[in-house]
Amino acid sequence: MRRGVCLWQLGQSITRSALSQTDGKKAAAGAAATAARRGFASDAELKKTALYDFHVENGGKMVPFAGWSMPIQYKDSIMDSTLNCRANGSLFDVSHMCGLSLKGKDCVRFLETLVIADVAGLAPGTGSLTVFTNEKGGAIDDSVITKVKDDHIYLVVNAGCRDKDLAHIESHMKAFKAKGGDVDWHIHDERSLLALQGPLAASVLQLLTKDDLSKLYFGGFQMLDINGIHCFLTRTGYTGEDGFEISVPSERAVDLAKAIVEKSEGKVRLTGLGARDSLRLEAGLCLYGNDMEQHVTPVEAGLTWAIGKRRRAEGGFLGAQVILKQLEEGPPIRRVGFFSTGPPPRSHCEILDAGGKGLGEVTSGGFSPCLKKNIGMGYVKSGSHKNGTELKIVIRGKSYDGVITKMPFVPTKYYKPS
Amino acid sequence: MASKLWASRAASYLKISAFHRGFSSVLKDLKYADSHEWVKLNGTSATIGITDHAQDHLGDVVFVELPEVGTSVTQGNSFGAVESVKATSDVNSPVSGKVVEVNEELNSSPGLVNASPYDSGWIIKVEMSNGSEVNSLMDSEHYSKFCEEENSKH
Repeated sequence: MRRGVCLWQLGQSITRSALSQTDGKKAAAGAAATAARRGFASDAELKKTALYDFHVENGGKMVPFAGWSMPIQYKDSIMDSTLNCRANGSLFDVSHMCGLSLKGKDCVRFLETLVIADVAGLAPGTGSLTVFTNEKGGAIDDSVITKVKDDHIYLVVNAGCRDKDLAHIESHMKAFKAKGGDVDWHIHDERSLLALQGPLAASVLQLLTKDDLSKLYFGGFQMLDINGIHCFLTRTGYTGEDGFEISVPSERAVDLAKAIVEKSEGKVRLTGLGARDSLRLEAGLCLYGNDMEQHVTPVEAGLTWAIGKRRRAEGGFLGAQVILKQLEEGPPIRRVGFFSTGPPPRSHCEILDAGGKGLGEVTSGGFSPCLKKNIGMGYVKSGSHKNGTELKIVIRGKSYDGVITKMPFVPTKYYKPS
Repeated sequence: MASKLWASRAASYLKISAFHRGFSSVLKDLKYADSHEWVKLNGTSATIGITDHAQDHLGDVVFVELPEVGTSVTQGNSFGAVESVKATSDVNSPVSGKVVEVNEELNSSPGLVNASPYDSGWIIKVEMSNGSEVNSLMDSEHYSKFCEEENSKH
């Protein structure tokens, strides 16, 4: 018999210890076992976004995440939230992520030393997903970067990688400046970030701004007034749906969130991190820390498309040698998507071939609310990565059938010119 | 974009109420374990499932891992698992004995655990080997208080 932790019991004891230190009005942070492991005595040590009280007032169930107290869900279930995002829309608070601006006439040249994107080739007002690499070609973090103008780049990095990323950028920036390069940065801690996603995102947002959003395509960026507030708007997201990330001055964040929900007449619902994870998995998007890590290259992760053509010829970013070699010879492992039977596959489950030989490992998995079946991502040996390859996924000591399939699992709806 | 911290903890997060949500239903004629399983006794036969409190905290159940008929179970030990979108949770047996029946319905309709935790969402039936074990379980009043205490910490 498998002996694991009985989670709801653990949850209760977690709740008990976490809650003994909070006051009645504030919601408790959950999962204190996690908090305890990371040395937090109480939820008072967790950072709060500008929308914390707003989340709690709206039934948000707050949990610790990357040092922040964030809503994992609100009153509806993770499944219902996920389905509603694709049917109507969702509003997420993603202010825990770190937004920053690089400025100066050499900011493009500087950033190109650290990422795989063809930053110079981006038209002003456009951006892309990219990867910050290390000397071995592995991923330090993934990020959405946007060229606002030739001397201004706006980028957003993961909350859990904030300290690591900022230290990395800062040390390289110092060296770059010492050689006479003109670049500086500003970290946007004075701003909050909201993600509005789903089929109603554009029509709802259009009610709040005079600018014509129909001209803002996927990857596009604009500074504009929304609800009378000056915002940075990027047509991007982490759900596979059409949508936007809106950077707003923190003191206006709650107003904006309320306005969006109101204008949608309740169709756009506040949605938490639990559904966000289901949505991104269905969209086949990597989660840094699971599907991408320090030792995984963008080529292995299936992000070769994100390596600018010119960059493939010229290199000039950390780890270029390793990456260019992989582009030539093929990577040893590849990220794949798969369906599976039985219990939902989870991170670190072993992947075997039909004959039972080791092929690789699951890095993300779960039950898809939209497809009503299990989906997962993992890495397998190159050669065994083709769609249709039959697999066995080992979950808690038992093997279950699986098959490699293309991603995204749920078709994406990015707003692109026809 | 989110970090490993979320992902690796995703399996251990529960739906934790921000506010006192009111009482989960607790049935009078059942006995309860502190790991939130219930047992219904009929002579030496025991039917086992998870409580309303447990299913509420777990969220939408998408898979139930059932033991084989004939397996031995021991009081307090895990015999299977219940999985929700975000968490995998062991289910412990409140009594020792042998599994004589499992609820095959749960293979096609795992959501029964949420919809009807005390009735059609039952999980296994056990032929008990030691009837006196039930004395260490909570009755409905005790279990209600136990859940209250946990909820009231909000």
